[in-house]
Amino acid sequence: MAAGSAQGTGMPDPIHQFEIHRIIPLKLFGYDVSFTNSALFMLVAVVLSAGMLIYAMRDGSLVPRRLQSTAEIGYEFIANMVRDAAGEQAMKYFPLIFTIFAFVFTCNMLGIIPGAFTVTSHIIVTAALAALVFVTVLIVGFAKNGVHFLKLFVPSGVPIYILPLVTAIEIISFLSRPISHSVRLFANMLAGHITLKVFGGFVIMLLGTGSFAALAPLPLIGAVALTALEVLVAFLQAYVFTMLTCMYLNDALHPGH
Amino acid sequence: MAQPSTAGTAVPHDAGHAKIFPPLDATTFASQLLWLAIAFGLLYMLLSRVALPRIGEVIEERQERIKRDLTQAEQLRGQTDAALKAYEQSQADARSKAQGIAKEMRDKLAAVSEQERHRVDAELAAKIAETERQIAQTKTRALASVNDIAVATAGAIVGKLLGQEATPEEVRRALPAQPAE
Repeated sequence: MAAGSAQGTGMPDPIHQFEIHRIIPLKLFGYDVSFTNSALFMLVAVVLSAGMLIYAMRDGSLVPRRLQSTAEIGYEFIANMVRDAAGEQAMKYFPLIFTIFAFVFTCNMLGIIPGAFTVTSHIIVTAALAALVFVTVLIVGFAKNGVHFLKLFVPSGVPIYILPLVTAIEIISFLSRPISHSVRLFANMLAGHITLKVFGGFVIMLLGTGSFAALAPLPLIGAVALTALEVLVAFLQAYVFTMLTCMYLNDALHPGH
Repeated sequence: MAQPSTAGTAVPHDAGHAKIFPPLDATTFASQLLWLAIAFGLLYMLLSRVALPRIGEVIEERQERIKRDLTQAEQLRGQTDAALKAYEQSQADARSKAQGIAKEMRDKLAAVSEQERHRVDAELAAKIAETERQIAQTKTRALASVNDIAVATAGAIVGKLLGQEATPEEVRRALPAQPAE
Protein backbone atom coordinates (compact mmCIF):
# COMPACT_ATOMS: atom_id res chain seq x y z
CA MET A 1 0.00 0.00 0.00
CA ALA A 2 2.85 2.29 0.73
CA ALA A 3 3.72 4.21 -2.31
CA GLY A 4 4.44 7.68 -3.54
CA SER A 5 6.60 9.20 -0.86
CA ALA A 6 6.52 12.90 -1.33
CA GLN A 7 9.99 13.27 0.05
CA GLY A 8 12.79 10.79 0.44
CA THR A 9 12.38 10.21 4.15
CA GLY A 10 8.88 11.57 4.38
CA MET A 11 5.59 9.99 5.24
CA PRO A 12 4.08 7.82 2.52
CA ASP A 13 1.20 9.81 1.12
CA PRO A 14 -2.03 8.52 2.76
CA ILE A 15 -4.13 10.26 0.11
CA HIS A 16 -2.54 8.50 -2.78
CA GLN A 17 -4.89 5.52 -2.44
CA PHE A 18 -7.86 7.68 -3.38
CA GLU A 19 -6.43 8.82 -6.66
CA ILE A 20 -8.23 7.89 -9.81
CA HIS A 21 -6.21 6.68 -12.80
CA ARG A 22 -7.44 6.40 -16.31
CA ILE A 23 -7.24 2.87 -17.63
CA ILE A 24 -9.03 3.41 -20.93
CA PRO A 25 -9.36 7.09 -21.78
CA LEU A 26 -12.80 7.93 -23.15
CA LYS A 27 -14.48 11.19 -24.12
CA LEU A 28 -18.22 11.70 -24.43
CA PHE A 29 -19.84 15.02 -25.30
CA GLY A 30 -16.74 16.79 -24.14
CA TYR A 31 -16.75 15.05 -20.77
CA ASP A 32 -13.97 12.82 -19.59
CA VAL A 33 -15.70 9.49 -18.99
CA SER A 34 -12.59 7.33 -19.04
CA PHE A 35 -12.71 3.82 -17.73
CA THR A 36 -10.79 4.26 -14.48
CA ASN A 37 -9.67 2.16 -11.53
CA SER A 38 -12.86 3.33 -9.82
CA ALA A 39 -14.99 2.02 -12.68
CA LEU A 40 -13.03 -1.20 -12.65
CA PHE A 41 -13.74 -1.79 -8.98
CA MET A 42 -17.41 -0.92 -9.45
CA LEU A 43 -17.65 -3.62 -12.08
CA VAL A 44 -15.67 -6.04 -9.93
CA ALA A 45 -18.14 -5.41 -7.12
CA VAL A 46 -21.05 -6.05 -9.48
CA VAL A 47 -19.57 -9.27 -10.80
CA LEU A 48 -18.63 -10.50 -7.34
CA SER A 49 -21.92 -9.76 -5.60
CA ALA A 50 -24.23 -10.81 -8.43
CA GLY A 51 -22.02 -13.76 -9.33
CA MET A 52 -21.87 -14.99 -5.76
CA LEU A 53 -25.63 -14.76 -5.34
CA ILE A 54 -26.40 -16.45 -8.65
CA TYR A 55 -23.77 -19.13 -8.15
CA ALA A 56 -25.00 -19.77 -4.60
CA MET A 57 -28.51 -20.47 -5.87
CA ARG A 58 -27.49 -22.75 -8.75
CA ASP A 59 -29.08 -25.77 -7.06
CA GLY A 60 -31.75 -23.95 -5.13
CA SER A 61 -31.98 -26.97 -2.88
CA LEU A 62 -34.53 -27.32 -0.14
CA VAL A 63 -31.77 -27.93 2.39
CA PRO A 64 -29.23 -25.21 1.64
CA ARG A 65 -25.50 -25.65 1.65
CA ARG A 66 -23.09 -23.08 3.01
CA LEU A 67 -23.04 -20.60 0.17
CA GLN A 68 -26.76 -20.87 -0.49
CA SER A 69 -27.38 -20.40 3.22
CA THR A 70 -25.28 -17.24 3.14
CA ALA A 71 -27.22 -15.86 0.19
CA GLU A 72 -30.51 -16.65 1.90
CA ILE A 73 -29.40 -15.08 5.16
CA GLY A 74 -28.47 -11.91 3.27
CA TYR A 75 -31.83 -11.93 1.52
CA GLU A 76 -33.77 -12.45 4.76
CA PHE A 77 -31.66 -9.87 6.54
CA ILE A 78 -32.53 -7.12 4.06
CA ALA A 79 -36.11 -8.33 3.61
CA ASN A 80 -36.71 -8.17 7.36
CA MET A 81 -35.09 -4.77 7.52
CA VAL A 82 -37.41 -3.46 4.81
CA ARG A 83 -40.48 -5.00 6.44
CA ASP A 84 -39.63 -3.74 9.91
CA ALA A 85 -38.57 -0.23 8.94
CA ALA A 86 -40.89 0.52 6.03
CA GLY A 87 -43.74 -1.98 6.19
CA GLU A 88 -45.00 -4.70 3.91
CA GLN A 89 -45.81 -2.34 0.99
CA ALA A 90 -42.16 -1.38 0.79
CA MET A 91 -41.32 -4.91 -0.37
CA LYS A 92 -42.06 -3.58 -3.86
CA TYR A 93 -38.79 -1.66 -3.56
CA PHE A 94 -36.92 -4.58 -2.05
CA PRO A 95 -34.79 -5.24 -5.18
CA LEU A 96 -33.62 -1.63 -5.22
CA ILE A 97 -32.78 -1.64 -1.53
CA PHE A 98 -31.04 -4.98 -1.79
CA THR A 99 -29.02 -3.71 -4.75
CA ILE A 100 -27.97 -0.65 -2.76
CA PHE A 101 -26.88 -2.82 0.14
CA ALA A 102 -25.08 -5.35 -2.05
CA PHE A 103 -23.26 -2.63 -3.97
CA VAL A 104 -22.20 -0.56 -0.97
CA PHE A 105 -21.28 -3.59 1.10
CA THR A 106 -19.20 -5.19 -1.65
CA CYS A 107 -17.45 -1.92 -2.50
CA ASN A 108 -16.67 -1.29 1.18
CA MET A 109 -15.33 -4.80 1.65
CA LEU A 110 -13.28 -4.72 -1.53
CA GLY A 111 -11.72 -1.50 -0.35
CA ILE A 112 -10.18 -3.21 2.67
CA ILE A 113 -8.02 -5.42 0.46
CA PRO A 114 -4.60 -3.78 0.38
CA GLY A 115 -3.99 -2.16 -2.97
CA ALA A 116 -7.66 -2.11 -3.89
CA PHE A 117 -9.59 1.03 -4.69
CA THR A 118 -12.50 2.00 -2.46
CA VAL A 119 -15.33 3.18 -4.67
CA THR A 120 -17.36 4.44 -1.72
CA SER A 121 -14.56 6.67 -0.48
CA HIS A 122 -15.51 9.20 -3.15
CA ILE A 123 -18.20 11.68 -2.24
CA ILE A 124 -19.59 11.77 -5.75
CA VAL A 125 -20.44 8.06 -5.61
CA THR A 126 -22.12 8.18 -2.22
CA ALA A 127 -23.85 11.41 -3.16
CA ALA A 128 -25.19 9.82 -6.33
CA LEU A 129 -26.53 6.87 -4.35
CA ALA A 130 -28.06 9.18 -1.75
CA ALA A 131 -29.59 11.27 -4.54
CA LEU A 132 -31.04 8.13 -6.07
CA VAL A 133 -32.69 7.32 -2.74
CA PHE A 134 -33.84 10.93 -2.29
CA VAL A 135 -35.41 11.12 -5.73
CA THR A 136 -37.00 7.68 -5.31
CA VAL A 137 -38.52 8.78 -1.99
CA LEU A 138 -39.87 11.97 -3.59
CA ILE A 139 -41.38 10.12 -6.54
CA VAL A 140 -42.88 7.35 -4.42
CA GLY A 141 -44.12 9.87 -1.85
CA PHE A 142 -45.95 12.03 -4.33
CA ALA A 143 -47.16 9.12 -6.44
CA LYS A 144 -48.65 7.33 -3.43
CA ASN A 145 -49.98 10.26 -1.43
CA GLY A 146 -50.20 13.20 -3.83
CA VAL A 147 -50.31 16.47 -1.97
CA HIS A 148 -50.74 14.59 1.31
CA PHE A 149 -47.05 13.77 1.13
CA LEU A 150 -46.45 17.36 2.23
CA LYS A 151 -48.04 16.45 5.57
CA LEU A 152 -44.65 14.99 6.32
CA PHE A 153 -43.52 18.54 7.02
CA VAL A 154 -46.52 19.46 9.14
CA PRO A 155 -46.60 17.18 12.15
CA SER A 156 -50.00 16.83 13.76
CA GLY A 157 -50.56 17.83 17.35
CA VAL A 158 -48.20 20.80 17.28
CA PRO A 159 -49.51 24.12 18.64
CA ILE A 160 -50.32 26.51 15.81
CA TYR A 161 -47.95 29.28 16.95
CA ILE A 162 -44.84 27.12 16.64
CA LEU A 163 -46.08 25.20 13.60
CA PRO A 164 -44.25 27.44 11.08
CA LEU A 165 -41.00 26.93 12.95
CA VAL A 166 -41.50 23.15 13.18
CA THR A 167 -42.41 23.00 9.49
CA ALA A 168 -39.31 24.94 8.56
CA ILE A 169 -37.17 22.59 10.63
CA GLU A 170 -38.84 19.56 9.07
CA ILE A 171 -38.21 20.87 5.56
CA ILE A 172 -34.58 21.66 6.31
CA SER A 173 -34.04 18.25 7.89
CA PHE A 174 -35.69 16.57 4.91
CA LEU A 175 -33.51 18.46 2.46
CA SER A 176 -30.36 17.76 4.43
CA ARG A 177 -31.03 14.04 4.40
CA PRO A 178 -29.12 13.26 1.20
CA ILE A 179 -26.15 15.25 2.52
CA SER A 180 -25.91 13.38 5.82
CA HIS A 181 -26.78 10.16 4.07
CA SER A 182 -23.89 10.44 1.61
CA VAL A 183 -21.31 12.15 3.83
CA ARG A 184 -21.70 9.54 6.56
CA LEU A 185 -20.64 6.69 4.27
CA PHE A 186 -18.02 8.70 2.42
CA ALA A 187 -16.38 10.06 5.57
CA ASN A 188 -16.29 6.70 7.30
CA MET A 189 -14.65 5.03 4.36
CA LEU A 190 -12.22 7.88 3.78
CA ALA A 191 -11.20 8.26 7.42
CA GLY A 192 -10.80 4.55 7.96
CA HIS A 193 -8.57 4.16 4.96
CA ILE A 194 -6.46 7.18 5.79
CA THR A 195 -5.95 5.86 9.31
CA LEU A 196 -4.95 2.46 7.97
CA LYS A 197 -2.55 4.09 5.55
CA VAL A 198 -1.04 6.29 8.26
CA PHE A 199 -0.38 3.28 10.45
CA GLY A 200 1.09 1.46 7.46
CA GLY A 201 3.24 4.52 6.85
CA PHE A 202 4.55 4.41 10.39
CA VAL A 203 5.79 0.89 9.76
CA ILE A 204 7.73 2.03 6.69
CA MET A 205 9.07 5.11 8.45
CA LEU A 206 10.27 3.17 11.49
CA LEU A 207 11.95 0.58 9.30
CA GLY A 208 13.99 3.37 7.74
CA THR A 209 15.29 4.73 11.05
CA GLY A 210 17.95 2.22 12.01
CA SER A 211 17.64 0.98 15.57
CA PHE A 212 14.09 2.28 15.93
CA ALA A 213 13.11 -0.32 13.34
CA ALA A 214 12.59 -2.66 16.30
CA LEU A 215 9.45 -0.65 17.06
CA ALA A 216 8.04 -1.22 13.57
CA PRO A 217 5.82 -4.20 14.61
CA LEU A 218 3.81 -1.93 16.94
CA PRO A 219 2.06 0.11 14.26
CA LEU A 220 1.77 -3.10 12.26
CA ILE A 221 -0.25 -4.66 15.08
CA GLY A 222 -2.27 -1.46 15.18
CA ALA A 223 -2.89 -1.72 11.45
CA VAL A 224 -4.04 -5.33 11.80
CA ALA A 225 -6.45 -4.39 14.58
CA LEU A 226 -7.69 -1.42 12.57
CA THR A 227 -8.28 -3.67 9.59
CA ALA A 228 -10.55 -5.80 11.74
CA LEU A 229 -12.34 -2.65 12.82
CA GLU A 230 -12.61 -1.57 9.19
CA VAL A 231 -14.33 -4.84 8.30
CA LEU A 232 -16.90 -4.05 10.96
CA VAL A 233 -17.22 -0.46 9.72
CA ALA A 234 -17.57 -1.65 6.13
CA PHE A 235 -20.53 -3.81 7.10
CA LEU A 236 -21.97 -1.31 9.54
CA GLN A 237 -21.93 1.60 7.11
CA ALA A 238 -23.55 -0.50 4.40
CA TYR A 239 -26.17 -1.50 6.98
CA VAL A 240 -26.71 2.08 8.11
CA PHE A 241 -26.96 3.36 4.54
CA THR A 242 -29.56 0.69 3.74
CA MET A 243 -31.44 1.21 7.00
CA LEU A 244 -31.72 4.95 6.38
CA THR A 245 -32.97 4.20 2.88
CA CYS A 246 -35.71 2.06 4.41
CA MET A 247 -36.64 4.76 6.90
CA TYR A 248 -36.83 7.44 4.22
CA LEU A 249 -38.96 5.13 2.13
CA ASN A 250 -41.20 4.60 5.15
CA ASP A 251 -41.81 8.36 5.22
CA ALA A 252 -42.77 8.23 1.57
CA LEU A 253 -45.23 5.38 2.15
CA HIS A 254 -46.67 6.62 5.45
CA PRO A 255 -46.18 10.39 5.62
CA GLY A 256 -48.64 10.86 8.50
CA HIS A 257 -45.96 10.17 11.14
CA MET B 1 -0.87 1.21 -4.18
CA ALA B 2 1.10 -1.80 -5.10
CA GLN B 3 3.06 0.04 -7.71
CA PRO B 4 6.65 0.58 -6.83
CA SER B 5 7.37 4.07 -5.73
CA THR B 6 9.14 5.23 -8.78
CA ALA B 7 11.58 7.60 -7.26
CA GLY B 8 12.34 8.50 -3.72
CA THR B 9 13.02 12.11 -4.39
CA ALA B 10 10.74 12.32 -7.35
CA VAL B 11 8.60 15.24 -8.20
CA PRO B 12 5.00 14.97 -7.02
CA HIS B 13 2.74 13.01 -9.36
CA ASP B 14 0.87 15.79 -11.01
CA ALA B 15 3.74 18.14 -11.14
CA GLY B 16 2.62 21.43 -12.48
CA HIS B 17 -0.59 22.27 -10.75
CA ALA B 18 -1.44 21.99 -7.09
CA LYS B 19 -2.70 18.59 -6.12
CA ILE B 20 -6.39 18.43 -5.33
CA PHE B 21 -7.74 16.09 -2.71
CA PRO B 22 -8.85 13.25 -5.04
CA PRO B 23 -12.42 12.78 -3.71
CA LEU B 24 -13.07 16.46 -4.42
CA ASP B 25 -11.50 16.47 -7.86
CA ALA B 26 -14.44 17.44 -10.02
CA THR B 27 -12.74 16.36 -13.24
CA THR B 28 -13.32 12.72 -12.32
CA PHE B 29 -16.99 13.20 -11.43
CA ALA B 30 -18.39 12.63 -14.90
CA SER B 31 -16.54 9.36 -15.32
CA GLN B 32 -17.48 8.12 -11.88
CA LEU B 33 -21.13 9.03 -12.34
CA LEU B 34 -21.36 7.34 -15.71
CA TRP B 35 -19.66 4.16 -14.57
CA LEU B 36 -21.63 4.15 -11.32
CA ALA B 37 -24.83 4.35 -13.35
CA ILE B 38 -23.66 1.50 -15.57
CA ALA B 39 -22.45 -0.68 -12.70
CA PHE B 40 -25.43 0.00 -10.45
CA GLY B 41 -27.89 -0.48 -13.30
CA LEU B 42 -26.24 -3.73 -14.27
CA LEU B 43 -26.27 -4.96 -10.68
CA TYR B 44 -29.92 -3.96 -10.31
CA MET B 45 -30.80 -5.88 -13.46
CA LEU B 46 -28.90 -8.97 -12.41
CA LEU B 47 -30.29 -8.98 -8.89
CA SER B 48 -33.89 -8.04 -9.59
CA ARG B 49 -34.24 -10.27 -12.64
CA VAL B 50 -32.13 -13.29 -11.74
CA ALA B 51 -30.75 -13.60 -8.23
CA LEU B 52 -33.46 -12.24 -5.94
CA PRO B 53 -36.48 -13.99 -7.52
CA ARG B 54 -34.54 -17.23 -7.36
CA ILE B 55 -33.70 -16.81 -3.66
CA GLY B 56 -37.23 -15.71 -2.87
CA GLU B 57 -38.62 -18.69 -4.75
CA VAL B 58 -36.45 -21.16 -2.87
CA ILE B 59 -37.29 -19.64 0.51
CA GLU B 60 -40.98 -19.57 -0.37
CA GLU B 61 -40.85 -23.16 -1.54
CA ARG B 62 -39.21 -24.22 1.70
CA GLN B 63 -41.77 -22.39 3.82
CA GLU B 64 -44.54 -23.89 1.73
CA ARG B 65 -43.08 -27.33 2.24
CA ILE B 66 -42.73 -26.84 5.98
CA LYS B 67 -46.27 -25.59 6.22
CA ARG B 68 -47.54 -28.51 4.20
CA ASP B 69 -45.64 -31.00 6.33
CA LEU B 70 -46.92 -29.41 9.51
CA THR B 71 -50.48 -29.50 8.23
CA GLN B 72 -50.06 -33.13 7.31
CA ALA B 73 -48.60 -33.96 10.70
CA GLU B 74 -51.49 -32.15 12.36
CA GLN B 75 -53.95 -34.10 10.24
CA LEU B 76 -52.27 -37.40 11.07
CA ARG B 77 -52.32 -36.56 14.73
CA GLY B 78 -56.03 -35.82 14.45
CA GLN B 79 -56.54 -39.21 12.84
CA THR B 80 -54.55 -40.92 15.58
CA ASP B 81 -56.59 -39.15 18.22
CA ALA B 82 -59.80 -40.19 16.54
CA ALA B 83 -58.66 -43.79 16.28
CA LEU B 84 -57.65 -43.80 19.90
CA LYS B 85 -60.99 -42.34 20.89
CA ALA B 86 -62.84 -44.91 18.81
CA TYR B 87 -60.82 -47.68 20.38
CA GLU B 88 -61.55 -46.41 23.88
CA GLN B 89 -65.20 -46.03 22.97
CA SER B 90 -65.45 -49.59 21.69
CA GLN B 91 -63.62 -50.84 24.77
CA ALA B 92 -66.09 -49.04 27.01
CA ASP B 93 -68.96 -50.41 24.93
CA ALA B 94 -67.66 -53.94 25.21
CA ARG B 95 -67.24 -53.58 28.94
CA SER B 96 -70.75 -52.30 29.48
CA LYS B 97 -72.12 -54.99 27.17
CA ALA B 98 -70.27 -57.68 29.12
CA GLN B 99 -71.68 -56.30 32.33
CA GLY B 100 -75.14 -56.34 30.79
CA ILE B 101 -74.75 -59.96 29.72
CA ALA B 102 -73.48 -60.97 33.16
CA LYS B 103 -76.35 -59.23 34.88
CA GLU B 104 -78.91 -60.79 32.57
CA MET B 105 -77.42 -64.21 33.14
CA ARG B 106 -77.42 -63.70 36.88
CA ASP B 107 -81.04 -62.59 36.82
CA LYS B 108 -82.04 -65.55 34.69
CA LEU B 109 -80.29 -68.00 36.94
CA ALA B 110 -81.82 -66.41 40.00
CA ALA B 111 -85.26 -66.67 38.45
CA VAL B 112 -84.72 -70.32 37.55
CA SER B 113 -83.56 -71.26 41.02
CA GLU B 114 -86.42 -69.35 42.59
CA GLN B 115 -88.89 -71.27 40.44
CA GLU B 116 -87.22 -74.57 41.36
CA ARG B 117 -87.46 -73.68 45.01
CA HIS B 118 -91.14 -72.95 44.68
CA ARG B 119 -91.68 -76.23 42.91
CA VAL B 120 -89.80 -78.20 45.57
CA ASP B 121 -91.68 -76.38 48.33
CA ALA B 122 -94.99 -77.26 46.75
CA GLU B 123 -93.95 -80.85 46.28
CA LEU B 124 -92.82 -81.13 49.87
CA ALA B 125 -96.03 -79.57 51.10
CA ALA B 126 -98.02 -82.09 49.06
CA LYS B 127 -96.02 -85.00 50.46
CA ILE B 128 -96.45 -83.73 53.99
CA ALA B 129 -100.15 -83.43 53.52
CA GLU B 130 -100.34 -86.96 52.05
CA THR B 131 -98.31 -88.41 54.93
CA GLU B 132 -100.45 -86.66 57.52
CA ARG B 133 -103.53 -88.02 55.87
CA GLN B 134 -102.06 -91.59 55.97
CA ILE B 135 -101.13 -91.17 59.65
CA ALA B 136 -104.63 -90.05 60.46
CA GLN B 137 -106.09 -93.00 58.53
CA THR B 138 -103.84 -95.50 60.31
CA LYS B 139 -104.74 -93.97 63.66
CA THR B 140 -108.44 -94.24 62.91
CA ARG B 141 -108.00 -97.78 61.82
CA ALA B 142 -106.02 -98.66 64.94
CA LEU B 143 -108.58 -97.08 67.21
CA ALA B 144 -111.30 -99.04 65.43
CA SER B 145 -109.59 -102.40 66.12
CA VAL B 146 -109.04 -101.58 69.84
CA ASN B 147 -112.60 -102.92 70.70
CA ASP B 148 -112.08 -106.17 68.89
CA ILE B 149 -108.79 -106.71 70.68
CA ALA B 150 -110.40 -105.86 73.99
CA VAL B 151 -113.28 -108.30 73.31
CA ALA B 152 -110.86 -111.06 72.36
CA THR B 153 -108.73 -110.37 75.40
CA ALA B 154 -111.69 -110.24 77.70
CA GLY B 155 -112.98 -113.53 76.22
CA ALA B 156 -109.62 -115.14 76.80
CA ILE B 157 -109.48 -113.84 80.43
CA VAL B 158 -113.03 -115.11 81.07
CA GLY B 159 -112.09 -118.49 79.62
CA LYS B 160 -109.11 -118.77 81.94
CA LEU B 161 -111.14 -117.75 84.99
CA LEU B 162 -114.27 -119.79 84.36
CA GLY B 163 -112.82 -122.51 82.33
CA GLN B 164 -115.44 -121.83 79.75
CA GLU B 165 -114.93 -119.52 76.94
CA ALA B 166 -117.33 -116.67 76.40
CA THR B 167 -118.32 -115.78 72.88
CA PRO B 168 -117.42 -112.39 71.65
CA GLU B 169 -121.07 -111.46 71.47
CA GLU B 170 -121.43 -112.20 75.14
CA VAL B 171 -118.38 -110.17 76.01
CA ARG B 172 -119.57 -107.34 73.88
CA ARG B 173 -122.85 -107.30 75.55
CA ALA B 174 -121.19 -107.34 78.91
CA LEU B 175 -119.01 -104.43 78.11
CA PRO B 176 -120.19 -100.84 78.52
CA ALA B 177 -120.95 -98.86 75.52
CA GLN B 178 -117.92 -98.08 73.57
CA PRO B 179 -116.32 -94.79 74.60
CA ALA B 180 -115.86 -92.08 72.09
CA GLU B 181 -112.57 -91.87 70.57
